[in-house]
Amino acid sequence: MRFMILLKGDPAPGQMPDPELINAMIKYNQELAQAGVLLAAEGLLDSSKGTRVIYSAGRRRIVDGPFTEAKELVAGFYLIQVKSKEEAVEWARRCPVEYAVKDSGMEAVVEVRQVAELEDITTMSEEQRAAEHRLREQISGS
Amino acid sequence: MAAGSTREQAHRTVEAVWRIESARVVAGVARLVRDVGVAEELAQDALVAALEQWPAEGVPANPGAWLMAVAKRRAIDLIRRSQRLERKLAELAHEQAVAREPEPALPDSEPIEDDLLRLVFVACHPVLSAEARVALTLRLLGGLTTAEIARAFLVAEPTVAQRIVRAKRTLAEARVPFEVPEPDERPARLASVLEVIYLIFNEGYAATAGDGWIRPALCEEALRLGRILAHLVPAEPEVPGLVALMEIQASRLRARVGPSGEPVLLLDQDRSRWDQLLIRRGLAALERVEALGGIAGPYGLQAAIAACHARAGTPEETDWPLIATLYETLARLTPSPVVELNRAVAVGMAYGPQAGLELVDQLVGDPALQEYHLLPSVRGDLLAKLGRLDEARTEFERAAAQTRNGRERRLLLDRAAACVQARAAQAPT
Repeated sequence: MRFMILLKGDPAPGQMPDPELINAMIKYNQELAQAGVLLAAEGLLDSSKGTRVIYSAGRRRIVDGPFTEAKELVAGFYLIQVKSKEEAVEWARRCPVEYAVKDSGMEAVVEVRQVAELEDITTMSEEQRAAEHRLREQISGS
Repeated sequence: MAAGSTREQAHRTVEAVWRIESARVVAGVARLVRDVGVAEELAQDALVAALEQWPAEGVPANPGAWLMAVAKRRAIDLIRRSQRLERKLAELAHEQAVAREPEPALPDSEPIEDDLLRLVFVACHPVLSAEARVALTLRLLGGLTTAEIARAFLVAEPTVAQRIVRAKRTLAEARVPFEVPEPDERPARLASVLEVIYLIFNEGYAATAGDGWIRPALCEEALRLGRILAHLVPAEPEVPGLVALMEIQASRLRARVGPSGEPVLLLDQDRSRWDQLLIRRGLAALERVEALGGIAGPYGLQAAIAACHARAGTPEETDWPLIATLYETLARLTPSPVVELNRAVAVGMAYGPQAGLELVDQLVGDPALQEYHLLPSVRGDLLAKLGRLDEARTEFERAAAQTRNGRERRLLLDRAAACVQARAAQAPT
């Protein structure tokens, strides 16, 4: 089973992680890798560098960041392969987010979501599934 | 009901923690007691304690450290008891009593990774049979229960339990030290470790018995063990070589099974179903092999062959001459009729079925391949391509009679039937 561990939040514009946070994250990344469960991981720049395309009432608007609802934003993710959801939650529990919020009094949220295999999406037709597979092959560029 | 489900939830959490921590706990305790069998039992005691306490008291903030502390405390009790016993015996024998009770070695600053590596080498020790090594590795390093191992290998639970008990006894009787091997033994011992991991992978990848063609859980387990080993032994090119091989092979898991569970062979697979994330990881691991000194070992070479397929967008784009060359190198390194057979397939694809058949024909009398269904299967394929359909049919039927896998047997019989049909179309009687 594959799970995505999502780190929620949004650093202040241009704010870089401090050395303590970097150390804690490196240690956590190593733990995941050494346990043989880590497949991929990325961190995102703050939302002031981001842009949204919002569709509503038949038209699309472009809205530049920063975005206000920090708790709803994604700051980074881990993709892991584990045996059970409990194992994924246990790994999420160990994520050192306390270094990200420090004593700011802010809440740090780590969200665990199961990755859908195409086979899990019951509303997909065989043709759609095949098209999606072909697309995945192309975007991987191999 | 609510309490029951909370309890069950706590239970599953304990299992998840165990999955993550058990190998470290066993390894850490084995350093104290110098016996992996005893260490595993003490670690199990800690697990039982967790199952009793955590549902009631909640999961501790650092569950791994909790398990390790409980298991080590029990280890120290055990050491003290045996020391007291020895002293009593010594006094009874009117010998000089041990002057003072030495403190058992306490956790020092040595990293747990060193103990984990020792555990890997001991679980895969050549004094054990291959079956015992596999069972012990899954148990001690994978943290799998006896029931899980039994289910994965389609054998009865008591069989696995007995295998593990015997393996522990063998290690104790042979006084296998809890140490990494000396430098001169190391290459052979590492080869044994890699072999065990690849055996586990292959049992999942090409199930040798039963009706299921693949058991992905075993492949995932082997991959996890391989990735762990790659971190424990970062400088040995064959470790990322094996990881690369398994990642690339695992990338095809979804494509290897047809809609009704039948096997789909490599060249017939829908390549869009290959897992590109695993392919990328495999190719990256192969780059590490190159960085560590180049592709020279058997796993690195097999990974390089697998990579040739992974890079080809269609079967026609496959670099068969390169694959044939890689098999030639592999055959020189590890001479084996099975490798020769694979080389024959590659040569057949690169230089035509006649060239492949000439190589296969040299293998026909080989005693090692007498029961090997892939020999008649490959020969049948080459004969069919050459239009020698009657001979091809005989070979497919022979292969079908030899395989132990039900799905594969049906596939081979289908091919035999196709030969009959093609023959009928060719020369109607």
